[in-house]
Amino acid sequence: MSRIHVTTTINGDETEFLCDAEATLLDVLRDELGLTGTKEGCGTGDCGACSVTVDGRLLCSCLMLGAEAEGREIATIEGMAAGEVLHPLQQKFIEMAALQCGICTPGILVAAKSLLERNLDPSEEEVRYWLAGNLCRCTGYDKIIRAVMETAADMRRAS
Amino acid sequence: MALDDTKKIKDFKVVGTRPNRPDGIDKVTGRARFGADMVAPGMLTGRILRSPHAHARILRIDTSKAEALPGVKAVVTRADFGDVPDHVADVMDNCMAGAKALYDGHAVAAIAANSAAVARKAIRLIEVEYEVLPHVTDVDEAMKPGAPVLHEGRQQETVPEGLSGNVIARSEFGHGDIEAGLKQADRVVERTYRTGATHQGYIEPHACLATMSADGQGDLWVCTQGHYMVRNVCAAILGMEQGQLRVTASEIGGGFGGKTVVFLEPVALMLAKKSGRPVKMVMSRSEVLRATGPTASSSIDVRIGMKTDGRITAAFAELRYQGGAYPGSPVDMGSMSAFAPYDLENVKTVGWDVVSNRPKAAAYRAPGAPMAAFAVESAIDELAKGFGLDPLAVRLMNGAKEGTKASYGPTYPAIGLMATLEAAHTHPHWTAPLGENQGRGVACGFWFNFGGDTCVSLNVTPDGTVTVSEGNPDIGGSRASMTMMAAEELGIPYDQVRTVIADTGSLGQNEVTDGSRVTFAVGLATIEAARAAKREMCKRAAMIWGIDADAVEWEDGAARPAGPNAGKFPPMTLKEIAAIASNTGGPIAGHHEVNAEGAGVSFGTHMVDVEVDPDTGATKILRYTVFQDAGRAVHPAYVEGQFQGGAVQGIGWALNEEYIYGEDGILQNAGFLDYRIPVASDLPMIDTVILEIPNPGHPYGVRGVGETPIVPPLAAVANAVSAAAGVRMTRLPMSPPRVLAAIQEAARG
Repeated sequence: MSRIHVTTTINGDETEFLCDAEATLLDVLRDELGLTGTKEGCGTGDCGACSVTVDGRLLCSCLMLGAEAEGREIATIEGMAAGEVLHPLQQKFIEMAALQCGICTPGILVAAKSLLERNLDPSEEEVRYWLAGNLCRCTGYDKIIRAVMETAADMRRAS
Repeated sequence: MALDDTKKIKDFKVVGTRPNRPDGIDKVTGRARFGADMVAPGMLTGRILRSPHAHARILRIDTSKAEALPGVKAVVTRADFGDVPDHVADVMDNCMAGAKALYDGHAVAAIAANSAAVARKAIRLIEVEYEVLPHVTDVDEAMKPGAPVLHEGRQQETVPEGLSGNVIARSEFGHGDIEAGLKQADRVVERTYRTGATHQGYIEPHACLATMSADGQGDLWVCTQGHYMVRNVCAAILGMEQGQLRVTASEIGGGFGGKTVVFLEPVALMLAKKSGRPVKMVMSRSEVLRATGPTASSSIDVRIGMKTDGRITAAFAELRYQGGAYPGSPVDMGSMSAFAPYDLENVKTVGWDVVSNRPKAAAYRAPGAPMAAFAVESAIDELAKGFGLDPLAVRLMNGAKEGTKASYGPTYPAIGLMATLEAAHTHPHWTAPLGENQGRGVACGFWFNFGGDTCVSLNVTPDGTVTVSEGNPDIGGSRASMTMMAAEELGIPYDQVRTVIADTGSLGQNEVTDGSRVTFAVGLATIEAARAAKREMCKRAAMIWGIDADAVEWEDGAARPAGPNAGKFPPMTLKEIAAIASNTGGPIAGHHEVNAEGAGVSFGTHMVDVEVDPDTGATKILRYTVFQDAGRAVHPAYVEGQFQGGAVQGIGWALNEEYIYGEDGILQNAGFLDYRIPVASDLPMIDTVILEIPNPGHPYGVRGVGETPIVPPLAAVANAVSAAAGVRMTRLPMSPPRVLAAIQEAARG
């Protein structure tokens, strides 16, 4: 079985990997590259735990083939903090108890960051609809929505 | 252990604050390692072949073609396990079918291969010859005399003759005289309620990584709510000594009761044993829904009589729960909790445990209670509204308090039900105006709470920081809570303590993370372990000062001379004592082992506003408030999180979620697209009010809070929808087609 050679950029680093034609980007991230911060909750694009951005576009990495990463810019949860300095969303999620078990947290953070890059002043409804593709079973979403809104407010004040 | 009355709320320095959780950074950066995140050198991929039939005799399994496929290293069927002890026989059969496949998705064989692709291919090469049998998936159908029977000879003597062999047991609780009580009533409501089976819906599928050496030593990495349980059950199934199997709990991506049993783990160990290689197994979402442990579906008859002033004269419920393919549905807990919030002279429940061709039910947050509460709280609401009475006032009139003899036997000590009802009654939500097609519902809920076997070891390091080792997977912030209680007791800052979840080789037996027990029982053991360490540190200080240990007390993180003849010495801090521990007798530690009792029952009251679209039957949740007694909220943000999460799971159960089986007995919605749990855009903020009525059984007054929040919402939402739609809803989920049909039927009269 011949494998496909792919050259891509992940969290700013040029990365090469070999993958089976059928392997999803999620499989590649987790099993080939050891980037297990991206989670698999369903494998069918329904839960958002595997959210990444590809060329700035938010998507479920379980719905994209690894081979399609050729020449793209991929960002995962592992690239969200700058070294020891957490992204404001990451910091706020900890402070406001916006995670319980934490399995959905990477996907929700990637999705929320993608929202704030487009709209730094989202309404509660806009946050709720933007995150509607990210399932969380622990929190009832309340503290997640509040943390995203608070972060946006902080970032507006700082900008 | 009794409430320590000397510790008043105002004295707490750490308990009651909201520090950042110790696992926070790992979880927001993707570094936290969950079940599927672990690898081992040379590991294989394990995969399971599952029954495509709801009920079938397994006539023959031929694995020869799969075994011959290059890359396949082991194949396992039930024959590999041989006879297992009786107490794990059903668990074994659920993990790997024996003579019959009992539900769609039941495991029948497994393989381990050197790649996922080979594993997928090999599974398709296993040939299974089935004799398909008639099946039954509905609880009322399964009880009928002519129903297809899953197991012969399992019916208990409590079951009268004439019912199907699927009826496993009958239970009865209560006191007084129901018929006499009903005669005193001015009105009796008699209705049948039905609830669908729901799944816990944790986002992390089950996963484990097993190794097994030729000398009989095994290691298991697993996402579970109880790695000690995993050890004990797997050891029994595999014929191992418990001490030879070390189980390490991964971070756990949700459980809600669904990870209190084993599914993959014995199979992974057997594959590892046969292949001589580490084997990793991860379920797909479809496998999680088809073949793990959803909750029971139910059918419940209720008869309640009430006087015109709102006093309940008698209350009866007959509960029928199908718990899937093996005995042990949560019907007894449903029966015992059904009327637990009320002070009743005449009360009785009859419960029926029924098996059917569905996956074996596991615990789901207050197992058995939400559906019972749905039935009872709906009937009480209907009676109250029928008399034009305030439904909260009716509950205040009939509610249980200290000294009430509960329907299931015990007499309550100090409890918080009335406090939640009074808080609800005076909350602005209760009197807020409602618009057209909108309705408000309230309901109460109860859970027993639990203690159980618990071990904690607390170690003082040479630099005077403290580590706490405990044996319960942290599912919602419990490491933070243990750290807080240890810091509180020792009188040192939160950041001077770190709590870890120890593997099974490092502590004695620990019960599963269930029954809302961890903050209570592990907290209690942590406090006692800290007290043991304090006693030792006082002894060391006494030795240095040359006085009696009795003349030293611990206050604000330091040993101090106390009493008239102790002498005057400057206090020795924990750090100072730790630094010279080696010279005063060696390392300092405290530990505590206990079967914790006094968990303290829990009550909550929920209030919800909904709007029902009369043209589509769709329901929108407009406003939601949870009132619950937490005893003492150790970390209030995490208590709120439990209230909010439980309420939203209950909303899902009420409005959307349901296992849908076809005529063929096959699960039709085994994915998150069709088994739709609530998403962010479905919901408003979930407001919370924490009441603190100290639990007399815990030194700080803590009660478990995790389970009660899922008990009231089914009924609260149903009462709100019934009010908004103008028609009483008695079946869950209240999906748009069902609500629309009810509205249209009511309009036709």
